[in-house]
Amino acid sequence: MLARIAFLLALLLSPLTGRADVTFSGFLQQNTAFNTREANSDGRHYKWLEERAQLKLDASNGPWHLLAKGDLAWDHLGRQDQSELRELYADYTASNWDTRIGRQIITWGLGDLVFVNDVFPKDHEALFAGRPLDYLKRGVDALKLGAYPEFANFELVLSAGFRESQIPDAGRFHLYDPMPTVTTRGTTRPGRGDIGLRVYRDIAGWDAALYLYRGFQRTPSMRPDSMTAPTRIDYFYPQLSVYGASVSGRAGEGVLSLEAAYYDSRQDRAGSDFAVPNSQTRLLAGYQIQPAEDLSLSFQYYAEQMHDYSAYRAVLPAGFPIEERWSHTVATRLTQFFLHQTLRLSVYASYNDGNGDHFVNPELRYGLTDRIWGAIGANLYGGKLWGQFGQLAHDDNLYLQMRYEF
Amino acid sequence: MKSRFRWLVLAALLPLPAMALTGEEVMKKSQAAFLYPGKDFRARVTMKLIGKDGGERVRELVMLRKNFGEAGGDQKYFMVFFKPADVKDMSFMTYKYPAKDDDRWMFIPAVNMVKRIAAQDNRSSFVGSDFTYEDVSGRDIEDDSHVIEREEKISGHDCYVIKSTPKRGDADFGHKITWVDKTNYLPLKEDQFDRKGAAYKHFTADEVVVIKGHPTVIRRTMKNQQTGHRTEAAYASGDYELGIEDSLFSERFLRQPPRKWLE
Repeated sequence: MLARIAFLLALLLSPLTGRADVTFSGFLQQNTAFNTREANSDGRHYKWLEERAQLKLDASNGPWHLLAKGDLAWDHLGRQDQSELRELYADYTASNWDTRIGRQIITWGLGDLVFVNDVFPKDHEALFAGRPLDYLKRGVDALKLGAYPEFANFELVLSAGFRESQIPDAGRFHLYDPMPTVTTRGTTRPGRGDIGLRVYRDIAGWDAALYLYRGFQRTPSMRPDSMTAPTRIDYFYPQLSVYGASVSGRAGEGVLSLEAAYYDSRQDRAGSDFAVPNSQTRLLAGYQIQPAEDLSLSFQYYAEQMHDYSAYRAVLPAGFPIEERWSHTVATRLTQFFLHQTLRLSVYASYNDGNGDHFVNPELRYGLTDRIWGAIGANLYGGKLWGQFGQLAHDDNLYLQMRYEF
Repeated sequence: MKSRFRWLVLAALLPLPAMALTGEEVMKKSQAAFLYPGKDFRARVTMKLIGKDGGERVRELVMLRKNFGEAGGDQKYFMVFFKPADVKDMSFMTYKYPAKDDDRWMFIPAVNMVKRIAAQDNRSSFVGSDFTYEDVSGRDIEDDSHVIEREEKISGHDCYVIKSTPKRGDADFGHKITWVDKTNYLPLKEDQFDRKGAAYKHFTADEVVVIKGHPTVIRRTMKNQQTGHRTEAAYASGDYELGIEDSLFSERFLRQPPRKWLE
């Protein structure tokens, strides 16, 4: 509701921007995803069934720029209000610094659906339910400061309040739950905000970046009030700091990307609290080539290593799934354009060798006209019951997206 | 002694045209006139992709270009897309080097991400049009051998007719014939042939105007004669010597293109 008011306010205020250069745009969209294997845990047959309208206002005046992007949505699966303020921010740009204040989407790092230094909130449900790519990221309410002295570029992100990632809804997806009988559940969200800094520059033709983050895990951890006879589960967002780096540049015929990060699990540095994720090292190597016209191939290798593995094993309650110290994932994406790049075939596939977790997402997208496009695709999951994708093994779906842009 | 002196005088008096240009020199001059004039350049480019059946798609972008060094040397390109709607606000940056593969970056607004992209194939289509990346930003002169076939007049312009043949067999064309205007060195027409020798692509410079002293092709067409598909490109509000800053060609502005260059 608040989001809608803010957006309407932005629309109403727009004429007051005087001589500003103002443009309106937006789209109408239909998005359907239906189950191909079995019904949802709530008995419905759709993962997503919705019409949506987006309105975007863009206004500029000298060094100022305002952007408001809001969605009105009609969900047919029982959700009350899917309307939201996607982004609302003001920019001020000076010659060697700039600032952006308001709700904004920030993406760091080099991964393709693999996140090493991208510590900003995502919408995992959107990805799993066959929504368009624009919905993969959620905005943060933040002040971003950019400084561009000669020797490097700095991007500082300060958020007064924490915004979490959207995880799949247990009504729509079959999520792994180690304590399904406990129905009393609550969530505690951090009372503080977070802070991130990215420093980047060119080093001998390579794009190099350093990342620092101090805040919280974006997905919740769960803590039962008792291990033996639990009556209540509390979800919380453990404190987290991330120190990372990335480089990307030409190697042979393609582009090589390397990224690493140390995940400092501040709430449990010893690793002796089973409810808090262990400190981790995350590593990513990616390579992208264009072997033929309109064809792109990319490969990713992603690894996670737990730092306090013996402590983790020592405190892990009986009956909980055991994760391995090292987790290795390989992923690949093929993108091929046809018909003067109006038809695009894209296939993404990932596989984890530890728990057999896999995810395959083929998609065919066609621009019917310059204003209307449609996409058909599938999300196919598998692996062990508790894996990220394995738990979704019953949630395979086929999706349709249709959008008219104006 | 006396006769040798007379020869020297004679050589000095020889008219300039007698110092005939080679095919390669003509193509170098042509590239300089077509893709390198001014220190920098900006235009709003509208490309109409027209199918055999007349169906039309429109691609619209602002293109900024800056030279770093002499004609034939390094260049940087910066493009921001306006149409179609699903690529609006997408931006694209190329560092072009004459002797090695370009560096390319793309800003994807949907996820607010700048991505470096592989670009070894300059013969691939530019935004789905009949123009290739090379047609937009130039092909290395050294990649082909160039021979002046003849001189010919087309639409009132005296032209060199140059046959260019790729030195390696990895190009999508077997050879091409280019009509280069003898006065301003702009390519007025080009016929590309596939590797079997059949007519492949046909380029025409449809309108040339002089902007700040630089003859500039502001309307051009590339037609694929094998598919019947063609692309008409119009360069509106083209201008040179704008003082485009080096800093424009950076991740910062790829994410937030300065409005002053987009209007």
